[in-house]
Amino acid sequence: MDGGASERPGKQGFEFMEAILTRAGLWFGAMVLAVLASAYAHDSGFAAQMLLLAVVALAGLWISAAKADVGAVASGILRIPADPSKYDDDPVRWGVLATVFWAIVGMAAGLLIACQLAWPQLNMEPYFNFGRLRPLHTSGVVFAFGGNILIASSFYVVQRTCRARLAFPGVARFVFWGYQLFLVLAASGYLLGITQSREYAEPEWYVDIWLTVVWLAYLAVFVGTLVKRTEPHIYVANWFYLSFILTIALLHVVNNLAVPVSFLGSKSYSLFSGVQDALTQWWYGHNAVAFFLTVPFLAMMYYFVPKQAERPIYSYRLSILHFWSLIFLYIWAGPHHLLYTALPDWAQTLGMVFSIMLWMPSWGGMINGLMTLNGAWDKVRTDPIIRMMVMALAFYGMATFEGPMLSIKTVNALSHYTNWTIGHVHAGALGWNGMISFAAIYFLVPRLWHRERLYSLRWVNWHFWTATVGIVFYAASMWTAGITQGLMWREYGVDGYLVNSFADTVAALHPMYILRAFGGTLYLAGAVLMVANVWLTILGRQRAEKPMHQAAYNPVADRPIVAVPAE
Amino acid sequence: MKFTEQHKKLERNVTLLAIFAFIAVAIGGTVEIAPLFWIDNTIEKVKGMRPYTPLEQAGRDIYVREGCYVCHSQMIRPFRDEVERYGHYSLAAESMYDHPFQWGSERTGPDLARVGGRYSDAWHVQHLRDPRSVVPQSIMPTYAFLAETDLDLNDASAKLRTLRDVGVPYSDKDIANAVLDMRAQADPMADAKDLMKRYPKAQQRDFDGNPGRLTEMDALVAYLQVLGTMVDVDAAAAQEDLASERGR
Repeated sequence: MDGGASERPGKQGFEFMEAILTRAGLWFGAMVLAVLASAYAHDSGFAAQMLLLAVVALAGLWISAAKADVGAVASGILRIPADPSKYDDDPVRWGVLATVFWAIVGMAAGLLIACQLAWPQLNMEPYFNFGRLRPLHTSGVVFAFGGNILIASSFYVVQRTCRARLAFPGVARFVFWGYQLFLVLAASGYLLGITQSREYAEPEWYVDIWLTVVWLAYLAVFVGTLVKRTEPHIYVANWFYLSFILTIALLHVVNNLAVPVSFLGSKSYSLFSGVQDALTQWWYGHNAVAFFLTVPFLAMMYYFVPKQAERPIYSYRLSILHFWSLIFLYIWAGPHHLLYTALPDWAQTLGMVFSIMLWMPSWGGMINGLMTLNGAWDKVRTDPIIRMMVMALAFYGMATFEGPMLSIKTVNALSHYTNWTIGHVHAGALGWNGMISFAAIYFLVPRLWHRERLYSLRWVNWHFWTATVGIVFYAASMWTAGITQGLMWREYGVDGYLVNSFADTVAALHPMYILRAFGGTLYLAGAVLMVANVWLTILGRQRAEKPMHQAAYNPVADRPIVAVPAE
Repeated sequence: MKFTEQHKKLERNVTLLAIFAFIAVAIGGTVEIAPLFWIDNTIEKVKGMRPYTPLEQAGRDIYVREGCYVCHSQMIRPFRDEVERYGHYSLAAESMYDHPFQWGSERTGPDLARVGGRYSDAWHVQHLRDPRSVVPQSIMPTYAFLAETDLDLNDASAKLRTLRDVGVPYSDKDIANAVLDMRAQADPMADAKDLMKRYPKAQQRDFDGNPGRLTEMDALVAYLQVLGTMVDVDAAAAQEDLASERGR
């Protein structure tokens, strides 16, 4: 009896050791490969990146070999609760923290490059020149901030709407850490000058391959969870998430087809050239906007707006209609980035026509979101999170009207190549993507850390207003800058000659660049306030503050307005 | 409603939902992109286009590395003001050897599609070192380090070979001679007859004003000076070709 009892833990211990050894061995192998790749690298950038990988592998090796309970230590610092619920929320918590971290990185990079345009002395060659920092900003906010909230929120939403625990929990953790590695490799690569210089697809071939692996793992976790759902129907938010994951895989793989010069070097040449490359790139680029910045954020809208408002979605039929028409039409809109270029005219016209049609399904989504508040409109006054969501939807509606308008060839003739485009993008990115993400974070943090409420709702209100005023400064200055540029470039004098040299138009934008940087500062300040709020909430503190709304019930004033028949 | 009843089939089946979504997103891209590869008049044939010399291509790689395209377009649209400011509107053929294309989408700085030959080498070097010393209003970053950095000659042949793999018609000789060609083009004393034969109208001189070294500045200036110069768009033959264009 005794012998049998002592044998079993021994055997278990042995298997346990074996698992650790296997894991440590894998990390060690990865480290050796990375060091070798670094030693034989064909260029210094690739060598540096492989060294970075070796350090990551070394950290992994140390964690598995020392068996130091790093996870427990981290959980202690980050106050991560033991997970008693039926859902696997650890990857979501990590994702929310990563979102908040990358938000600051991406937005700070944005503020820096905005200042560089106003004061070029801020460029520090070669690593911190505008050309290398700009992709750091765009990838930082789109793929790091946006990507993390999308992965985290999709894991949160899919479990709850399917009433099922996350499928493949190990793979889900791989998705989180693998995605962070992708981000670090991409971001450090830009500063080292490792880039394909294709907008929003800058990472080089080996980073692209890594992302493909991570993304397929993400697809597996998401679809796996859908498959094991205990709800008969797949909720509308998951349609949006699913089409996002699928389409991004398709876009990413096709657009990044390239041949590396060497498997030990960072440089590659894209498979396509010239016109074909341009259209493939903008088919990708525009649909990065569509399937990264619109479709999955609508998925967030379809879950978080009804939850926060405690109202059902306005129209089921509208959600079907606008989902299918949105994903079908969006794909066609890419050529509107190439109007009046050497792209064949038929493709330009198709792009313009579909862009204009796109206005309708876009507003379908906005209407479905806003009308969900029917019967709960008073919450816009009392709940700053709802207020953020409403502002997000308002900016979504504004940007999806402006987009089709800018796609009209005659408008585009003026607006293309100018800062109007920058203003348009940021109205969407700061207003729609930013605001809905902040709202989701404020919704998620108290729930994920089992806190009664946020540290401060009034700080959320402050965040709302700094962000909103920031966007107003940003968008207004960039619209003005864009129209100024467009008109100055084409201005003819009575003598029949062009009036302005290019340098004149650059000088004219200086005040607008400063105003834009000011708007960006406000927006970043709001995000910093969010970091503090999130952190204090995680610590379990609650700010003693007056409630947001305390108008007392007044039976005389608060009676319904009775219609008085006309006399 | 009937269609909502039918839609419930999709809502209950992950596979069906995924397949339908995939079909919906595959149609647009296929219809727009695929024909560009077989419709003849996507790229009108013009005289004068040749692959970049190894030095110009190395300069282009630096242009790509530094992300110049985020502020400079290389695509002149067919408008009166653009044509007067930058030159003849860009033709599709002019970027047929550009892997990747660098048309750009923003003009924080001016278009560069036809910047070749517009300024002297010395101007470019000075402007890249310190843009505000020649254009006081400029907000361009400084690129003085290019003049201090030796051009990386590793993989010079491998780069041309890779470009041939993706469709640029480099000959075996072009690939084998890549490093020699680079040195010859940047050295006014070198014998460049063979280079000129393989790359017609290539410009041979010391581009960065520092004959002792082959720097990244040499390569970048060589690239800038060839931009938009290969096709003589104003030549009579080219004008005829353009006049007979159909279907664009």
